[in-house]
Amino acid sequence: MARMLLRVFLGFVIFAAAGGVLCLPHSTVRAASLTSLAQSPPAAQSPASAPLANRLATLEQQVAAARSSGDNAWMLVCCALVLLMTGPGLALFYGGLVRKKNVLGTMMQSFALMAIVTVCWALFGYSLSFAPGNSFIGGFGFLFLRGVGAAPNAAYAATIPQQTFMLFQLMFAIITPALITGAFAERMKFSAMALFMILWSFIVYYPLAHMVWGQGGLLNASLGGKFPTLDFAGGTVVHISSGVSALVCALYLGKRLGYPREISPPHSVVLSFIGACLLWVGWIGFNAGSALAAGSLASSAFVATQFGAAAGVLGWAGAEWLRNGKPSALGAVSGAVAGLVAITPASGFVGPMSSLLIGLIAGLLGYFMVTVVKSKLGYDDSLDAFGVHGACGTVGALLTGVFATSAVNPIFRDPHGHALAVGLLDGNAGQLLNQFIAVAISWTLAIVGSLVVLKIVDALIGLRVTAEHEIQGLDLSQHGEEGYNLEV
Amino acid sequence: MTKLEAIIRPSSLDPVKDALREIGVEGMTVSEVRGHGRQKGHTEVYRGREYSVDLLPKIKIEMVLADSRVEEVVETVLKAARTGQIGDGKIFLSRIDDAIRIRNEERGEAAL
Repeated sequence: MARMLLRVFLGFVIFAAAGGVLCLPHSTVRAASLTSLAQSPPAAQSPASAPLANRLATLEQQVAAARSSGDNAWMLVCCALVLLMTGPGLALFYGGLVRKKNVLGTMMQSFALMAIVTVCWALFGYSLSFAPGNSFIGGFGFLFLRGVGAAPNAAYAATIPQQTFMLFQLMFAIITPALITGAFAERMKFSAMALFMILWSFIVYYPLAHMVWGQGGLLNASLGGKFPTLDFAGGTVVHISSGVSALVCALYLGKRLGYPREISPPHSVVLSFIGACLLWVGWIGFNAGSALAAGSLASSAFVATQFGAAAGVLGWAGAEWLRNGKPSALGAVSGAVAGLVAITPASGFVGPMSSLLIGLIAGLLGYFMVTVVKSKLGYDDSLDAFGVHGACGTVGALLTGVFATSAVNPIFRDPHGHALAVGLLDGNAGQLLNQFIAVAISWTLAIVGSLVVLKIVDALIGLRVTAEHEIQGLDLSQHGEEGYNLEV
Repeated sequence: MTKLEAIIRPSSLDPVKDALREIGVEGMTVSEVRGHGRQKGHTEVYRGREYSVDLLPKIKIEMVLADSRVEEVVETVLKAARTGQIGDGKIFLSRIDDAIRIRNEERGEAAL
């Protein structure tokens, strides 16, 4: 019996391995010839009888199909990885940093956004971000996901179904507002949070995503933007927009009761630690997936991401070690996030050594922002959404203009198809100006948009929980439950 | 009867419990408490913000003893809970008027 099971198992392994060979994305010719043996029409099996042109056409079709299935497999995994960043990654990261009485309220904000943003994305969000429109916002072409199906949208990703592209972008639209929740943690009403995020997506996220990544967007580097901006995976769209909006929220809502004297330390650095590790893993999908294909650019972005995160850890924890005599666990994981934020816009444009430098600068900057700047200026950005995402996102966007190189990604070409210089060190000083323009537009949109939305929500339903509810905690006052019922 | 309350280091709980079992002490109540005596607290730093922790985690053991056993038990706790460093804790002794076993209403030392 056991021997039979073993044989069945071995057979399965061999079968699976053969399947793996068939699916290898870039040994396309081999994959195509193997698939043609397995499943091509009868005409191809008797080569002599079919005209050469037909056989070539069949072969080309199969090559394209093999390429597509390889790219699509990778992108589907990346979609799941980026979703993992919000839940449980960010939910744990933020949940651990708050006080015990707010853990569920904080995690619930991230989780609720997974649902709310998804529904909005299906109805109108994807269309307003990625359907052809004007320079500032997408049109209504993809409303209710009309026409978004298995066929690729060649403007964005020619080898994967547009549905996959739509899904991948959705995950970005989820995590961006979820990042903001760190700034108003422990004091915003759940209802106000939900309404704020829906309106904020309309006024800030969809326009910015369209400007930077959408067809015809003002800042789009490869699809005819007026100021071609390098933002590989969302330095402006995700991190500047969320980080700067976070600062506006923190200032508008005011400090938590008793801040800073009576606020107790993070209730579980362990949860935050696990969350940050999941963020790092998910970020691989975020950045390497932004290649939108399983090719060498994805590998390069993976390398940049890993190195940026690692150098961020050394920057932040190293600064602590020098200043306090101890490197803290929370500092180390915060440094990883800072490095990941800064490398995000650069990840598809810079080499490994530039990535190390960008990550290191971000780690040091993040530490400086949350320890020195925040206490000097006295705002209560509770979980440092601005200090990490706003500040490091801005520096990352600018440094992308410095270190981007055509050796990694020849995104600019002359009419003859020759690669042109990309970043400052590559010989294209003008790019830094474009990066500045994009940063300025992102900051302005985030500040103005957030203020408008805060005013509207404040007038309609009010933003803050009552003092009584704030003391009681969000878990009980907003959700009627407690995170920890450990005692009898 | 005498009540013995010992506030000790959390790390001393197991040695004290074992030592008391060896001399045949039968009952005790243990709780996790926070406090400080002469031992200073410490500071913790989270993202550059310092939090001073002056109430430290301690363990409180409560036992009610027949008067004849008090000295022996005190000796045992002292020996098992002492490290010689500040923060080893304290023992408090107080008089107990009566004790009643809920199950059968026995009173006095018979209830212990």
